[in-house]
Amino acid sequence: MEIAARGLGTATSRSGERLLGVAALLALGLSATLSLVVAPPDALQGEVQRLMYVHVPAAWLAYLSFFVVFVSSVAYLRTSRIRWDRVAAASAEIGVLFTALAIVLGALWGKPVWGTWWTWDPRLTTTAMLLLIYIGYLAVRRITDNPTRRARWSAVIGVVGFVDVPIVHLSVVWWRSLHQQSTVLRLGGPQIEGSMLTALLVAVGAFTIVFAYLMAVRLRVGRLEERAAREALSPRLGEVEEAGR
Amino acid sequence: MRLLRHAATIAAKDVRAEIRAKHALATLLPFAATLLVSFGFAFGPGRDVLLRTAPGLLWMAVLFAAVIAARRAYQIESEDGALEGLLLAPIDKAAVFLGKAAAVALQLLMLVACALVLVVVLFDLTVRGPLVLAAAFGLGAVGLAAVGGLFGVLAEAARTREALFPTLVLPLVTPVLVAGVRATDLAATGRTDEAIAWLGLLVAFDVVFVSLGVLVFGFLMED
Repeated sequence: MEIAARGLGTATSRSGERLLGVAALLALGLSATLSLVVAPPDALQGEVQRLMYVHVPAAWLAYLSFFVVFVSSVAYLRTSRIRWDRVAAASAEIGVLFTALAIVLGALWGKPVWGTWWTWDPRLTTTAMLLLIYIGYLAVRRITDNPTRRARWSAVIGVVGFVDVPIVHLSVVWWRSLHQQSTVLRLGGPQIEGSMLTALLVAVGAFTIVFAYLMAVRLRVGRLEERAAREALSPRLGEVEEAGR
Repeated sequence: MRLLRHAATIAAKDVRAEIRAKHALATLLPFAATLLVSFGFAFGPGRDVLLRTAPGLLWMAVLFAAVIAARRAYQIESEDGALEGLLLAPIDKAAVFLGKAAAVALQLLMLVACALVLVVVLFDLTVRGPLVLAAAFGLGAVGLAAVGGLFGVLAEAARTREALFPTLVLPLVTPVLVAGVRATDLAATGRTDEAIAWLGLLVAFDVVFVSLGVLVFGFLMED
């Protein structure tokens, strides 16, 4: 955990951040070339299928960031180091962004392919509940000005919310299987052409670098916010001391 | 063992306070009744639709009532520094959580009993599996009370943001809603053997959230 923290420190220095930014841009460029030019259009779905190269990585980032929220929440509860709270907060914001993105992209793809924006498919429904749970998490982060209390409360929600997700998923899976109303069309199994798979894997890698970059930026902003709050407070603290003397 | 005894003491205190203030009787019951009648207007007067939606409407009413009851459980502690007194007591904080949750669960069960009568009368629901129905509501009330007892303390702190508590809690209790409605539906139509899986899901939810509450409640109260 200490090593992870130190690694985090290196990555969030200004030079580390710039390096991550450049790497993210390059990776996204490569991914765009692979998925728009190199990979062939899908035999059945045509060009629409290319949405997969952003939809799947966005969904991956959503799950990755909520897992990071869970891990850093546990780390915060164990160590009481405010650094872990900043990591959880940054990761939750990125997670909500990419969950929403994955849902919107999925809906855009679903309309021409499934013929509907939305279907109550277990994966879709669980992802929507995930979005709602972490929107609640971010809302709780706004209620208190006491940073220690805020950190502790959000860490508890970060843990409880994550543990809840498998139960929600199970309940939705059963709910669907006992109430099959419409047939859900699925991609034709795991067969996928080589260049498409490469494009997908590169896209997932590129998005992961974007995640690291956004984390670095958000952590720096978090530190600056805290410093600003401290500096805004310190002259007044001085006044109180003067008055007390 | 001592944990449970302390929890029972706190639950008894809360229930006694509720009986004297008659909050559940004066607020929770009329609220649930109003909700059910409104649902009737929204989906009625056709008997078929009402009958088919009745289990869902009943659980929605219970869910909303649980939100109110959980908030109330910590509201009564906000006056005269009662919460500080409770936290200073030489007992495990988990006992406070268990006691609060138990009191909320008891109120919910009382509410369910009344709401059920209303639904039977208003929506013409017939109950063919009373045991399954009782189990579903018993287990569901425990799950809802566990989530409410854990996060009700946030609701009290976020008084100026009324929507925050339901926004947080309702997605978390999705499994209770899904499993409860399905089990109630199966109990109403008499297919009780199919309901076992749903009751199992409720048991799993209860175990997870009661344990989580015991483990993490202390972190919410430390200050």
